[in-house]
Amino acid sequence: MKKAINLSVNGVSHTDEVEPRMLLVHYLRDVLDLTGTHVGCETSLCGACTVMLDGQAVKSCTVFAVQADGSQVTTIEGFAKNGELHPVQEGFWEKHGLQCGYCTPGMIVTAAQLLDRNAAPSREEICHGLEGNLCRCTGYQHIIEAVQYAAKKAGQS
Amino acid sequence: MTNNYVGQRVKRTEDPRLIKGLAHYVDDISLPGTLHVAFVRSYFAHAKINGIDTSAAESAPGVVAVYTGKEVADKIGPVPCAGALPDLKVPDHRVLATNKVYFVGHPVAVVVATDRYTARDAADLIIVDYEELPVVTDVEQAAAGGPVIHDAFSDNIAYRLTSGEGDIDAAFSAADRTVKQRILHKRLAPIAMEPRGVLARYFPGEEELTLWSSTQIPHLMRTQVALMIGMPENKLRVITPEVGGGFGSKLNVYAEEALLGWISMQLGKPVKWIETRRENIQATIHGRGQVGDIEVAFKNDGTLTGLRYSVFADLGAYHQLLTPAIPTLTGLMLSGAYKIPAIQMNITACFTNKMATDAYRGAGRPEATYVVERALDLMAAELGMDAAEVRRKNFPAPNEFPFHTATGLDYDSGDYEAALNKAQQIAGYAELREKQRKARDEGRLIGIGISTYVEICALGPSQAMPAGGWESATVRIEPTGKVTILTGASPHGQGQETSFAQIAADELGVHINDITVIHGDTGVVQYGIGTFGSRATAVGGTAVFVAIQKLKEKAHKIATHILKADASRVAFEGGKFSRQAAAASAAGTSEPVVPVGQAPAGALPDPDTEGKSSLTLQEIALEAHIAKNLPPDTEPGLSATYFFEPKNFTFPFGTHIAVVEVDRETGDIDFLRYIAVDDCGRVINPMLVDGQVHGGIVQSIGQAMYEEVVYDEQGQLITGTLMDYAVPRASHIPDFELDRTETPSPVNPLGVKGVGEAGTIGATPAIVGAIVDALAPFGVRHLDMPIKPENVWRIINGH
Repeated sequence: MKKAINLSVNGVSHTDEVEPRMLLVHYLRDVLDLTGTHVGCETSLCGACTVMLDGQAVKSCTVFAVQADGSQVTTIEGFAKNGELHPVQEGFWEKHGLQCGYCTPGMIVTAAQLLDRNAAPSREEICHGLEGNLCRCTGYQHIIEAVQYAAKKAGQS
Repeated sequence: MTNNYVGQRVKRTEDPRLIKGLAHYVDDISLPGTLHVAFVRSYFAHAKINGIDTSAAESAPGVVAVYTGKEVADKIGPVPCAGALPDLKVPDHRVLATNKVYFVGHPVAVVVATDRYTARDAADLIIVDYEELPVVTDVEQAAAGGPVIHDAFSDNIAYRLTSGEGDIDAAFSAADRTVKQRILHKRLAPIAMEPRGVLARYFPGEEELTLWSSTQIPHLMRTQVALMIGMPENKLRVITPEVGGGFGSKLNVYAEEALLGWISMQLGKPVKWIETRRENIQATIHGRGQVGDIEVAFKNDGTLTGLRYSVFADLGAYHQLLTPAIPTLTGLMLSGAYKIPAIQMNITACFTNKMATDAYRGAGRPEATYVVERALDLMAAELGMDAAEVRRKNFPAPNEFPFHTATGLDYDSGDYEAALNKAQQIAGYAELREKQRKARDEGRLIGIGISTYVEICALGPSQAMPAGGWESATVRIEPTGKVTILTGASPHGQGQETSFAQIAADELGVHINDITVIHGDTGVVQYGIGTFGSRATAVGGTAVFVAIQKLKEKAHKIATHILKADASRVAFEGGKFSRQAAAASAAGTSEPVVPVGQAPAGALPDPDTEGKSSLTLQEIALEAHIAKNLPPDTEPGLSATYFFEPKNFTFPFGTHIAVVEVDRETGDIDFLRYIAVDDCGRVINPMLVDGQVHGGIVQSIGQAMYEEVVYDEQGQLITGTLMDYAVPRASHIPDFELDRTETPSPVNPLGVKGVGEAGTIGATPAIVGAIVDALAPFGVRHLDMPIKPENVWRIINGH
């Protein structure tokens, strides 16, 4: 019953045999031990499990691991490069964009995609872009400021 | 050089691990051979269990064990309730249902299997033979003699309580006017983003059990779970790794925590259960759940003379840890920010076929603030007074503190008018009112809502708490000079690894990066009470502060000895104890300076410290550990522990002003402005305080406009996923305008009050007040939360 999959996660190639029903988020967490991607609702409503799949931010709780066969996946663990934080990560730290931190990896992935598509988003565009990600701690204001910080920072570099 | 971290916007030391995805929540911890647990939960709200067939599940591949309620009933003690009230009815609350189920989500059986998919599959193979029983979900119906839920009792009334001071009847009979309003507080789901979870590992050789649990109260959980499963408390270790939010929902001891520990002991293997979101909304506590009548008496000039609140509290089917106590907190805060000579609260608390209610951010106090503030708005409408002026008229003046209320509290300090003035100034209140008038003339519906709240924080003096209201801290300077703080508080997003380090860095004169704050491990940290009730900084931070003073006293003694100086001549500044020059003192005497290098008899000269005129804290720590040159009768080592017992609660306050515009066509509600001026006493880290305020206000926006846990008449949970239970999203929030006043609390030496719940307490009345004000042209004086576009549209369109 198990199917072989081959995919690249954070630049590292993996080949594994998985049950067809195994969710991508469980593959990343339980098989690859990349536990930075969290599960918050199992129904794709909260966004805690957001990862990049072939350049698209997706909710990995509603993607099967077999669907990611042959793909490139980037998780939160792949965001800092050579010890340097991604500008969005830096923004979250600088602007206090997180409290308990549980939604944070998904928020950062979504925010990075938002900035990829729109380098200088308005406040309204940021809010709209983050609508698929829930945060219960911050009230979003500091998250919005974190994204604005990252946009400004990326614009300068 | 003295540090100045306190009061600064210091970035959090917690953040790097969290933003890199390297932090560990319970489900991120893997132990070899871990078994996974899935629950079978009732899909009926009230039913008799005639039988459970577990055979198919037991023979399924990968299933290790199945347990039902009857098998564990005499092995594991009841789920604890710490609320002690006169004549309180306490149902026997077993970890799994035995003969009956009482709410949708009630756990009935549990499956243990090799992985979570197998456990879930097998749970679905268990067949429970239910016989449906009549259901009661409405609290007033439950009180009036609906179907009785628990056989042990003759009715559904868990307790009745009347509280308050002053002659309430006289106040009402002598009043010029009164207003009365029935008010609903719907049930809310806390929705911490990380659901609950437990990993239990029993060590058969050591006969020790470790529980990793997503909780706000590791030590209280250890005590309670030890009692439930009959294990010596000192053989049980509770570790809270990273905790993904709590909001009161993890201020509890749940059936699953004890059950997982017990199962691990039976099987000798690690077992893990991670709550699904569906389970979280069904079987993690709800908040609020009150319906009551608020009534105020007042004079024609707007002076309050009396307040009465008669409330039905919807407790759910069972008591969780603090379930019955929550409505009593409402009673405590009914004086609001006002002088009210007579107050009476009548509580009728009832069982219903629903999940238990308990502490959700604010825990009883938002209900109080909400009814009081709504009453003030009604009073203003009745008198034709401005909503701000009717409030201002009834504030106690700053010189009236400590201010005694007719609910029996003594408010510590406050300047309520200063916060109101500041908020009005930021809002440009007079111009806003003018703008509102003009907009109305143009047919636009703009509303302004004001809330001048006071809350009760820093819970609390032990006398007023179920079991211990103090908090503990150990501060230790290691031989290398690094500082370790062990706090009994259990932060889960509040940032106390940073704010406690700020306090310590200033007091010790060390760099903040040389401090580590450890929490949430009963195997490492001295007993603590935990994080809830906006208490961690005011009580736990104070424990850190006082422990440091004790530690410095000892360090001073050692420094004096090594520097061979008179104690009064050794001063601590900038992380160093220095021998002060013998200046000509006021008394005109100068003491002889001990010649450098002349050791007292018997002391070994230390080449590293010999001849110095000052010693850093690090050098003293090393001396304290080497222990070759300590003053007589001095314990080696350099650490101090302090358990801080506060003498009173603290009472933060503030003014929130919401400005909304309602769309006539759609009923949509838009925020034009949101101004919050909060006073939480002295501020340790303004960035963290802003974050707490934002988060709280947005939970209030949720309560005011989106959120409600809905059960139908059969007790089915209608809002069982995040698709149906509407948590606010980024597009729902205004751009907040925050400011502060700072009135230190006299209750603790830091002067801090607490801020964790300000937003959920202060904001709902401002938001609802604004929406009601926008709809005033339609004769609206009150609307119940959540106020949705549909409600608004119906009012505007007369449907």
